Amino acid sequence: MMTTNSSSAGSSNGRREFLRRGAAAAAGAVVAGLAGVAARGAVSRDGMVWQINPARCVQCGRCMTHCVLTPSAVKCVHTYAMCGYCRFCFGYFDPGAPELTTAAENQMCPTGAIRRRFIEPPYYEYSILEDLCTGCGKCVKGCNTFGNGSLQLQILHDRCVQCNECAIARRCPAQAIERVPLAKWNRMKSEFGAVPAAVWQHREPDANA
Amino acid sequence: MLERRVVPRAGALALIVAAAVSADAAEQRFPKPDFKSGYVQPVYHPPTPARSAVREWADVAVLAAALGAAAWLALRARSRRGLWALSVASLVWFGLVRKGCICPVGSIHNVALALVDPVYGLPLVTALIFALPLVAALLWGRVFCAAVCPLGVIQDLVVWRPVRLPTALNRALGMLGPTVLAFGIALTAAGAGFWICRYDPFVGLYRRSGPAGMIATGIGLLLIGVVVARPYCRFFCPYGVLLSWGSRLSRRHLGITPDECIQCRLCERSCPFDAIRGPEPPHVDRSAARRALVRALWAAPLFVAGAAWAGRAALDALAPVVHPAVALERELRAEDAAGTPDLTWETRVFRLSGEPRESAAAAAAAARHRLRLAGLWAGAFVGFVGAGRIVASVRRSDRREWVPDRGECLSCGRCFAHCPREYVRLGRLDGPMGNP
Ligand code: SF4
Ligand code: SF4
Ligand code: SF4
Ligand code: SF4
Repeated sequence: MMTTNSSSAGSSNGRREFLRRGAAAAAGAVVAGLAGVAARGAVSRDGMVWQINPARCVQCGRCMTHCVLTPSAVKCVHTYAMCGYCRFCFGYFDPGAPELTTAAENQMCPTGAIRRRFIEPPYYEYSILEDLCTGCGKCVKGCNTFGNGSLQLQILHDRCVQCNECAIARRCPAQAIERVPLAKWNRMKSEFGAVPAAVWQHREPDANA
Repeated sequence: MLERRVVPRAGALALIVAAAVSADAAEQRFPKPDFKSGYVQPVYHPPTPARSAVREWADVAVLAAALGAAAWLALRARSRRGLWALSVASLVWFGLVRKGCICPVGSIHNVALALVDPVYGLPLVTALIFALPLVAALLWGRVFCAAVCPLGVIQDLVVWRPVRLPTALNRALGMLGPTVLAFGIALTAAGAGFWICRYDPFVGLYRRSGPAGMIATGIGLLLIGVVVARPYCRFFCPYGVLLSWGSRLSRRHLGITPDECIQCRLCERSCPFDAIRGPEPPHVDRSAARRALVRALWAAPLFVAGAAWAGRAALDALAPVVHPAVALERELRAEDAAGTPDLTWETRVFRLSGEPRESAAAAAAAARHRLRLAGLWAGAFVGFVGAGRIVASVRRSDRREWVPDRGECLSCGRCFAHCPREYVRLGRLDGPMGNP
């Protein structure tokens, strides 16, 4: 009797072999069924990406510290269309700034990642130097608290490795990190919906059912 | 709103701040400027994802092709060298290039969550990544483990001086995998997150970035893996448990000898994973064997019940650690008792959301209930697997030659070179060994 590649078995093993084949066919059906049933509610054929919903974000600072990447894949991005081009930008200046000059000690950003450029009186353009930004969210907090909220934190998808479970999402106190279909990866701030009532609630399996 | 609590320090901006906050209700506190200088407003273009639909599907195709190649190398070509080369290619592609995520091991979570939560979107690509290696196992054995899995290949490449573990230790450690599988699924189903992914020891090495503990565990396991071959695969991997079931039922499977076993025993110690089984002497005392079997069958239900109880107790005790809703309730309660609100971001966000305090308690209670139930099932499952293994171990085997254990064999192909019949096949040997 041979027990090699081909499972051709002697007649004594015929019944066992038959049972094994049957069980294998059943197992195959189970695997296919599981995958099929699990994918029944597929919102995307092609995969999902993680995104911060700026309407929920409370700028806790964990985006900077909890990403699996160092530096974090989260950075500040600027929706120019929402910006007031304020001379006294609440994202740019530290509220306790002694003077309103571009000197580093007056700036909100600890790494000097915001560039300010004069446009015309009284307007200034602010842009983010991505490589310097650490995603700490200080400017976003300033801009959202007192300004127009044109600064937002977002996961940058050229950096993000799309962890199966985003390490920041897991620790985000406001459940602001959402899984969205790949096709919707580039929503900007104005394209997110309003804050759902229970921002705090960890989504339970049947919460939306 | 949380923002109101941020009190600016007295400074040059204070007055403007006061003005701005009073205008809070407006959509845009500062109107969009009306530029006179012909300034053109830039448009921010977010950087394009490293992922795209094409790449996601290409990944599935690469996985399928790699499985096919591994099966061909292990079963048809019988080439250890080929499997080694494929392992290196998998390490580079699935590990270093695609950075390990998402892999079939982690996809257990996605599938489990999608099964209990109809709202959770499981992309078709993920369903396929979960299913393909299992289908391959049903056809050809654990060819995924042989040379495709990014977690497996990194360990396989460091196997250098494998030692044999005592059978009892092997069996005891062998229960960890089913435990990880059951409780990994249980935690996901109870809404407590993806714990198998969190303890993936090697993904940090592939990303070349990650928490210190994760990197240290990965390096530690690789060091252990020099002498205890592929420790994660054999003792922790939850997906390996599923694959081993598939492999036991597989249609075809790698064999040590290309044609027949001549009982030379040269392969006996060749497997670094202790997966080769030899002929067993027939039971001398038939009735003693039968009594042992009956005892095992009697003990099984007790074993299952005990494990179920232990599983429930374990997840109940761990609830505040593993489930955010339970943790939040505990923090809120501690703050209420001490009269110091808003010590953590979680409690601040909750209190500012305006949700009634009871809803946090209700969510925590529901989470705890679900955890207990999931723990009960997970424990029962582990007990069932354990009981099954005990029963199987006292059963009489009718094995008469040296064969790989279909469940434990990783199809790595290391044993081929120890079989004299293989040398005959390759035309490198004839004579008594070659032509029995
Ligand atoms: S998915 Fe991973 S890489 Fe991307 S932001 Fe989250 S933790 Fe960082
Ligand atoms: S303040 Fe923080 S988030 Fe804003 S630009 Fe600077 S580093 Fe980035
Ligand atoms: S046992 Fe698990 S980790 Fe090891 S190769 Fe197989 S699937 Fe990968
Ligand atoms: S192929 Fe041979 S050496 Fe490799 S795991 Fe299987 S029995 Fe062991």
